[in-house]
Amino acid sequence: MAKQSTAKQERKQDQSVETRAVSTKQKSAAPNLDRLIHERLRLGIISALAANESLTFSDLKSLMNTTDGNLSVHARKLEEAGYISCSKYFEGRLPKTEYKLTAAGRSALENYLSHMESLIKQMRNT
Amino acid sequence: MEPVRFVSDRAMDNLRYIRETMERATPFTGISGRGEMTIGATALIATVIAARQPSFKMWVYTWLAEGLFSTLIAGWSMDRKARATHTPLFSGSGRKALFSLAPSIIAGGLLTLVLTRAGQTTTIPGMWLLLYGTGVITGGMFSVRAVPAMGLCFMALGALALFSPAAWTNWFMAVGFGGLHLLFGAIIVRKYGG
Repeated sequence: MAKQSTAKQERKQDQSVETRAVSTKQKSAAPNLDRLIHERLRLGIISALAANESLTFSDLKSLMNTTDGNLSVHARKLEEAGYISCSKYFEGRLPKTEYKLTAAGRSALENYLSHMESLIKQMRNT
Repeated sequence: MEPVRFVSDRAMDNLRYIRETMERATPFTGISGRGEMTIGATALIATVIAARQPSFKMWVYTWLAEGLFSTLIAGWSMDRKARATHTPLFSGSGRKALFSLAPSIIAGGLLTLVLTRAGQTTTIPGMWLLLYGTGVITGGMFSVRAVPAMGLCFMALGALALFSPAAWTNWFMAVGFGGLHLLFGAIIVRKYGG
């Protein structure tokens, strides 16, 4: 719980500093930052799925080193945004949840990457 | 000025995080299946040559030469595969695999010296198979599933060799360094390409 609130505080702090810096120095550098995948775990999920055709819930859990609850909350947010697709099936008697990156998710990651690159470029020029 | 640098650092950190996550999520397939098969074939030749040696010392020298030759084949074939797939040879996972394999190889070398001095030469082949297997399992943790599976087979064979008659030594070496490399090399070629 304490960990979560610290993470939230850090995120807020990061966002406010970033916003302040960007607005004062290079406003054009971050016009449409995708906040949905800016969050670390969601960015990790998208990146891992970009490198694989599909990954199961347990694959992602061990890759991200996170809890079931945390992963399912963030995965659902990405699913609701249409960035990833989720399918459930049985392998023998075991239920499996499989995630895939959608075209919208891939393009969101590409946009995010170019956004970060342009931020770095612009900050270097200041 | 400080916040500007902070934004730039954060952006670079995010890019690094994306790259590292993608790297971790991709099984390391830099190990060349064809290279493994070549190593298996040369190991079979080495078994025949080693079996004809008049002394144990010469038997060990034959296998040391084979070990050196195999390392060169592995390095060359991995480099070729890395170039073909446009991936760096010593990427994060490749480097981890190398550093995981190296300690057991070094331990094997030192134990060979100690056991030879102590006259316990019959345990050396089993120890080689066992230690090579442990190294492959550890290195294979960052690789495709076939690699740790091969390590497990090497370990099982090594354990068996340690408790088997010395007369079977060459068979164990042929099945292990020859057969297992050929088998798992073929699996890597078929399932993971190259």
